[in-house]
Amino acid sequence: MKDDHTTVPSRLAPEPVPRRDFLGLSALGAFVSALFLAFLGIIRLPRVVVSASPSRKFRVKLPESLQPGEPFVPPGRNVVLFRDSEGVYAISLVCTHLGCIVKPSPNGFECPCHGSRFAPDGHVIGGPAPKPLPWLAVSLEGNEVWVDGNVIVQPGTKARG
Amino acid sequence: MEPRQAPLKELWSHLRETPRRFKESAFRSGPPVTDRARSEFVFNNLFLHIHPVRVHRWSLRWRTTWGLGVAVTAAFLLTLITGVLLMLYYKPYPDVAYQSIKDIHYVVPTGRFIRNIHRWAANLMVVTVFLHMARVFYTGAYRYPREFNWLVGLGLLVLTLGLSFTGYLLPWDQLAYWAITIGANIAQSPRELTDALGITPYFDPGGWMKTLLLGGPEVGDESLIRFYVLHVAVLPLALVVLMGVHFWRIRKDGGLARPEDADALLGPPRDLYPVFTDAPTKTYHLAAIVRGRSPAVNRGPENTIPSMPHLFYAECAVFMLTVFLTVLAAIFWNAPLKEIANPAVPENPAKAPWYFLGVQELVSHSAFMGGAGIPLIVIVGLGLIPFLDRETEGTGRWFGGPGGQRLVLVSAVFGLLSVIAIEAFAIQFGWLRQWFPDIPQLIITFVNPGTLLVVVYAIFSLGIVHRYRSARAGAVALFTCFLCGFVVLTIIGVHFRGPNWGFYWSPADWPKH
Repeated sequence: MKDDHTTVPSRLAPEPVPRRDFLGLSALGAFVSALFLAFLGIIRLPRVVVSASPSRKFRVKLPESLQPGEPFVPPGRNVVLFRDSEGVYAISLVCTHLGCIVKPSPNGFECPCHGSRFAPDGHVIGGPAPKPLPWLAVSLEGNEVWVDGNVIVQPGTKARG
Repeated sequence: MEPRQAPLKELWSHLRETPRRFKESAFRSGPPVTDRARSEFVFNNLFLHIHPVRVHRWSLRWRTTWGLGVAVTAAFLLTLITGVLLMLYYKPYPDVAYQSIKDIHYVVPTGRFIRNIHRWAANLMVVTVFLHMARVFYTGAYRYPREFNWLVGLGLLVLTLGLSFTGYLLPWDQLAYWAITIGANIAQSPRELTDALGITPYFDPGGWMKTLLLGGPEVGDESLIRFYVLHVAVLPLALVVLMGVHFWRIRKDGGLARPEDADALLGPPRDLYPVFTDAPTKTYHLAAIVRGRSPAVNRGPENTIPSMPHLFYAECAVFMLTVFLTVLAAIFWNAPLKEIANPAVPENPAKAPWYFLGVQELVSHSAFMGGAGIPLIVIVGLGLIPFLDRETEGTGRWFGGPGGQRLVLVSAVFGLLSVIAIEAFAIQFGWLRQWFPDIPQLIITFVNPGTLLVVVYAIFSLGIVHRYRSARAGAVALFTCFLCGFVVLTIIGVHFRGPNWGFYWSPADWPKH
């Protein structure tokens, strides 16, 4: 018991953190952290660990008649291949805006979904796309071309046979 | 004590009385012919007791609500029933999803009809949700003490759009595949920001959200299952729970908003039964009025009338009208189904359903701001309205508050002109990227026709707040501008956009392939 009545806790002038409140707050904290940990545990299930998507590395044979600057899109692939005097190169056809497949046109590439336009070397010349179309790694093996969709290379990188 | 009957005879008479006893035990109160029995009819029934026992005459006028909330509920019930029926035949695997929709369309008896009802009821729900929100806004019904219910309503709007989005993905046609691709990439669009800042390898919320949504780096089997689960379980459950809260809060917040002087405006009731035709044992009717903001001193509940039959008959009328319109549409128009999904070739143009074409137009200026930033700003802005507008003038009246109808007109003209001017400018002259090809992406992300429109609307509304010295006036200006922007962007997306999202005066002008 203290004599000094100014330090006696009351409803109007409570202790800074009364003992009971401290215990209460700890209990609340334990409850909230338990909920949070439970949430983390729940999120573990929908989180993707193994993703079964088709390989992005493939081999293709360019047609003999392919002219310089003429686009060649291997069936089922979102990649376009070109061949000119400096070599063979591959550009991704997946729009950097929202993932639609752009269409090669005489002036470069056009996106049907939101109107992005790209120059023949892939850089953005109009529309909402934030980044140029990436160039992909290619290597020549005999008369076949290996394209690796996982490896992005500097624009202008061409493979010579 | 009565002499007991013979056991078998007693059994026989109990059996004969069973139908009557069953009815009594199920309904517990007699026919709703007195006010007391009408009260009991409501609060003795689990499904009806979310209604008040008595309802104010103001709430029952058609032009108070136009029955829009009930219409939304009715449309939702229709999608629920038809949705369960469609689940019997639909298979959520990419290889067979499209074929199962074809089966529903061509093989299953009444399958096409049921799918049509599902589609048109969902469309009607989107329309009525927007109209309902406009009604609540323009009658000032979001104000104290209904702020929280306005927020619940916003949550319901988002869930309704989420259900629509996940719904049109399921047929796995061209629309579905490319909508899922675009939607997932919008979820990933915070990368536009993190890429520009160069922190994507360390902090990538966009990529994390996209992977969680799709169940992998690309659209595939996992993605369809995830959207299916969202569409048939997660979102409907959330919607039903929020709907329960929404309805319950209407009661707890004192019924529908009405002007302070509603009683004087309505005048004395005519053609009504006396308030009490049977001496009540409990004054249940008081429960309907004690929650009001002013105690009913010196005036009786004469402007409230029993919910049974007045409110219920009105609700049934709206329900029947909704069903009628939906079934009529389902008879005459088939729900669209495009070609089977082709991951190599998007349609040209690839258009979302009409209610997302406004967003698609915004996204065609910037993925992050159009798909995530501006919608978020709109939702937060709408949510703030009841906390900024603490006025009381005009509550419960159409276009109530300072400025009134004239302010709505002025704002509509301003809203329409500015969205048309900005869009016309961008369509005619292009935007920053065309003029300065090397401009940093961050600038385009934050300075594009969409964000410009938001800024113009915000400045206009702040000006109105200043001029009328009223937050309500500013809110009316902002909401009207928002509606105009939504409508104009949607019309541009639906009608004036063609191949490669180019501008065409009419679809007839589209180039032939």
